[in-house]
Amino acid sequence: MGPVLVLVDRDGGSGAVHASAPRLLTLARRLGEPVAVLPHPAGAAEVRRLARYGAERVCVVEAPETPDADPVALAVAAAGELAWQMGASVVLTASTRTGREAAARVAVRLGAGIVTAASDVRPGPDGPVTVQEVCGGAYRVESVVRGQAAVIAVDTGSVPADAAADPVPGQVEESAVERLFVRLPEAARRARVVARTRKPACRPAVSCASVVVAGGRGVGSAAGFGLIEQVADALGAAVGGTHGAADLGWCPHDALIGQTGAVVHPKLYVACGISGSVHHRAGMQHASTIVAIDKDPSAPIFRIADVGIVGDLHQVLPALLNELARRRADMQADAAPAGTPDPTGESTPDTAPVAAD
Amino acid sequence: MKLVVLVKHVPDEAADRLFTAGVFAADLTVDRDGLSCRLSEPDEYAVEQAMRIARRRMDVQICVVTMGPAGAVRTLARALALGADEAVHVLDDALHGSDAQATSRVLAAAVERLGFDLVLCGTASTDSGMSVVPAMVAERLGVPAACEADTVWVGEDEVMVRRDEGTAVVDVAVGMPAVVSVTDRIGEPRYPAFRSIVEARQKTLRTWSLKDLRIPAAEVGLGASATVVRSVTPCAEQRPALLVEGEARGAAARLAAYLTEHQLI
Ligand SMILES: Cc1cc2nc3c(=O)[nH]c(=O)nc-3n(C[C@H](O)[C@H](O)[C@H](O)COP(=O)(O)OP(=O)(O)OC[C@H]3O[C@@H](n4cnc5c(N)ncnc54)[C@H](O)[C@@H]3O)c2cc1C
Ligand SMILES: Nc1ncnc2c1ncn2[C@@H]1O[C@H](COP(=O)(O)O)[C@@H](O)[C@H]1O
Repeated sequence: MGPVLVLVDRDGGSGAVHASAPRLLTLARRLGEPVAVLPHPAGAAEVRRLARYGAERVCVVEAPETPDADPVALAVAAAGELAWQMGASVVLTASTRTGREAAARVAVRLGAGIVTAASDVRPGPDGPVTVQEVCGGAYRVESVVRGQAAVIAVDTGSVPADAAADPVPGQVEESAVERLFVRLPEAARRARVVARTRKPACRPAVSCASVVVAGGRGVGSAAGFGLIEQVADALGAAVGGTHGAADLGWCPHDALIGQTGAVVHPKLYVACGISGSVHHRAGMQHASTIVAIDKDPSAPIFRIADVGIVGDLHQVLPALLNELARRRADMQADAAPAGTPDPTGESTPDTAPVAAD
Repeated sequence: MKLVVLVKHVPDEAADRLFTAGVFAADLTVDRDGLSCRLSEPDEYAVEQAMRIARRRMDVQICVVTMGPAGAVRTLARALALGADEAVHVLDDALHGSDAQATSRVLAAAVERLGFDLVLCGTASTDSGMSVVPAMVAERLGVPAACEADTVWVGEDEVMVRRDEGTAVVDVAVGMPAVVSVTDRIGEPRYPAFRSIVEARQKTLRTWSLKDLRIPAAEVGLGASATVVRSVTPCAEQRPALLVEGEARGAAARLAAYLTEHQLI
């Protein structure tokens, strides 16, 4: 097993090492000796973190002639060179827009086989074996990548990050960091960022929330989306939407989930009035638990749901809000010391009838 | 100005046969003969974008290119009806089972032969959906790529794209020639008028073989593919674990109970 290059992404806005890096390193350890490649200088804390997840070497890439170079171009130039130098057999990236672009270009340079959106990678006798879920999760495809090298873009949302079992203390200190200077080809210098406008943040963003409540066209109106927001707030969740809902102006475009929107991996996904088109499923099928509320029992969303509720969301959701409030009240009452008189003067919660709506 | 739009012939998911067995042929490739296929929807947006560019200036020529089996002429006919001026079909039996490497090689060769200022693509094809072909074609052509553009403006020697990067909106200027892939936020494709469907029949459709592109047959297709699909298994449909019908209050109570039991709330 040879070196495995892990292309580390930085967050576009903050420049911090992306959360996908520890997950990629976790996979890389199974395949060989992980080498982290990261654009622009790295801080000592960043290097220690990469080492903790198994990076045996850290290569920092710089292009002195083009200080504001596109990080993708830096990663590509470095990976192309390092793969030859070290005889790396595998290059891993995150299956994000930038990760896929880097993977695509590196694969062409190395003449390597390429796989994207892999949910798992294992070593195999004739090359790494990847697992993908295709056609909206209907099929699981296992492939072998043959040849000198394999370039794999990983859907890191489905991979846990595990610290290396035996991290050699001080193995990768700042001194072990190698600096690599690259010269970008003319084509890579022809693209430049001219403006970057930060978007105002309000509710938790869908992409990192652990619970997402999403609405589709079935919500019926912009006012109806108020109900989705109430349920989201009751669950401490982010609000998501389908293309259909966003197009009608019921929810903002950055709440859009799916192939062309955010890809989410929450613990809990509550789909309300969403038919479950392939495009939408592409963004949420990896949620650990999927709850679907739809009045059409044949809606495709039910095929991937853990809990399906066939019914009108305008009745189910208010009832759910009631139920959640009731359970919360119960819990508070349980927590209260015994014998405390009920402040509302009503009967004690465990004998209370289900609140009527 | 020469615009080339790459369009792919994919199984029609509206048929939703993707869930019943039968998407894959015996050699584990997508069975394009057995399924009804159409112009990949994301690529319709690329054709539409080309049309919008053409409407703003006089000198635009739009050529659509596909690599696919004989039936892919229907996809080209659709793109011509949507307004493209001419079409190229790369058709060769040796191409069956080509991976992204081979596909990008063939498409780059076709684009090079046509000559181009701007190549437009969809963000991802709806069948394989790898979202890598545009960047691979760009790498092979030695030009910059701007992927996943929400808006495109074409200037004299530059194309400007705007992209949503989650926490920020970013404008990128790219010198032409270049490759740009567009999202479906770029503007709805119009439905072709009956007249343009009829007119499309008069437009030029050329068919090129691998020989025309000077690519050895042994270097593409299933045999040359670096990624070998070992198995395709339909994911067991155990879901939904719990299907609740009936009146809302009872359903909500069962849902809340489930969520509590599984420690989700
Ligand atoms: C290139 C391309 C990319 C796309 N990318 C995305 C993407 O990234 N994300 C995305 O979401 N979409 C995407 N789409 C759009 C996608 O194909 C669907 O059109 C969209 O997801 C459907 O949204 P929906 O489920 O809200 O609407 P519909 O399909 O209309 O479903 C509405 C559902 O609500 C139910 N309903 C109606 N009233 C009620 C009620 N009172 N109570 C309960 N249920 C009710 C109906 O039974 C139905 O199942 C894309 C499309 C294209 C062409
Ligand atoms: N066989 C093909 N013929 C023409 N264009 C293609 C082909 N495969 C991919 N493309 C283009 O590349 C884009 C991305 O495809 P993919 O990388 O397969 O997701 C598509 O939207 C098309 O514009």
